[in-house]
Amino acid sequence: MSVWLVLIASGVLTFATRLSFIALLGRYEPPPLVKRGLRFIPPAVLSAIIFQEVLIRGGELSLTFANTRLLAGSLAVLVAWRTRNPLLTIIIGMGALTALNLILGV
Amino acid sequence: MPSNTPQPVPLPLESSPRSQFWAGTRAVLPLVIGVFPFGMIYGALALAAGLPALAAQSMSAIVFAGASQFAAAQLFAGGTPALMVTLTIVVLNLRHALYSASIAPYLKPLSPLWKSLLAYLLTDEAYAVSILHYDRPGDQRFKHWFFLGSGLTLWLNWQISTAVGIFLGAVIPGSWSLDFSLALTFIAMVVPTLRDRPGLAAALSAGLAAIALYQLPYNLGVIAAAIVGIAVGLLVERGKP
Repeated sequence: MSVWLVLIASGVLTFATRLSFIALLGRYEPPPLVKRGLRFIPPAVLSAIIFQEVLIRGGELSLTFANTRLLAGSLAVLVAWRTRNPLLTIIIGMGALTALNLILGV
Repeated sequence: MPSNTPQPVPLPLESSPRSQFWAGTRAVLPLVIGVFPFGMIYGALALAAGLPALAAQSMSAIVFAGASQFAAAQLFAGGTPALMVTLTIVVLNLRHALYSASIAPYLKPLSPLWKSLLAYLLTDEAYAVSILHYDRPGDQRFKHWFFLGSGLTLWLNWQISTAVGIFLGAVIPGSWSLDFSLALTFIAMVVPTLRDRPGLAAALSAGLAAIALYQLPYNLGVIAAAIVGIAVGLLVERGKP
C-alpha cells in the first residue's frame, strides 16, 4: 500500500535530515545561503497550504463573503497575531466558521 | 556567555544522568500542554483524510514531525501521488538540518547509538530546550540525558495525543468542518513566527503563488509556491540595510 511506502520513505529521510550534521561530527556547517534559506521553508510551505485551504473552494478561487472560511480564517490570523495563543486561535476560528455557516446558511 | 556583571553562582546542583533526565522532562512540560491539542487534531484529521488508524498512529511514531504530518494527511485526502506527499514531508522537515548542525558539536563525544537516538528525537521543541541547556554553564557531562528526557517526554506526548485524536475522530460527526482545523492549525503555527519583514514576505509571496499555481497537477503548486517564498524571503533579507 502506497501509504506505508510514504511513511517509511519520509520517515527514513526525515531521520537522515535530523542525523545529517550530527553524524558529520560537527565538522561541517551548512553554507550561509542554505542556512538562511532553510529558515523560510516552514512559513513558505505552511502559508501556501493555508492560502489554498482558505481561498480555493470547490476548485475555484473564492473571494466573496459567501466564503465563510475566508472570514473565519482572517479572524484567526488576527487572533494568532495579537495573542500568539495557538489553542485560542483554533477555538475562535472553528467557532467563527460554525457561527458564520449558521448565520449565512451555507 | 561572556558578561561584565557577575552572575549569581547557581548552587552546585548534583549532576547525574538521572537528575539531568528529569530536568529535561520538566523543561518541556509547559510545551507538552501546548502540543497535545495539535496531536489530537492531527489524529482526527488523518482519520478524516481516509488514513487507516494504524497508519495515522504509525506516522506519529515513524515521521514524528507535526507540521509535515498535517500536510501529509491533507495531501492524502486530496489524492496526491505518493511521491509528492513524500517530497512535501521531506521538504518541510529540511529545517531540522539546521538544528542538527547547531547541536552537533555538543553530541560529538557520544556513541553512534546515542547520536541516532537523539537525532530521532530532534524536534523543534526538543531542540529549543536542549540547545538552551547546552549553552548554559555547568557540568556538561550528562547533558545528553537532559536532551533524552525532553525528547522522550515530547515523543510520548505526541503518541498519546495522536491516539486520543484518532479515537475522537472516529466519533466526531461528519457535519463538523473538521478539515478547516488544518488551515487554523497552520495559522496558529506560522503567524506568531512572522515577526520580521523577510519572513512575512516569504509567507505572503508563497501564499499568493500557491493561489496562482493551484491548478498545477499533482499538487505541485505548493512546492513551487514554497520555492517562490524562499527566494523572495532571501531577496528581502539581502535588501535589508
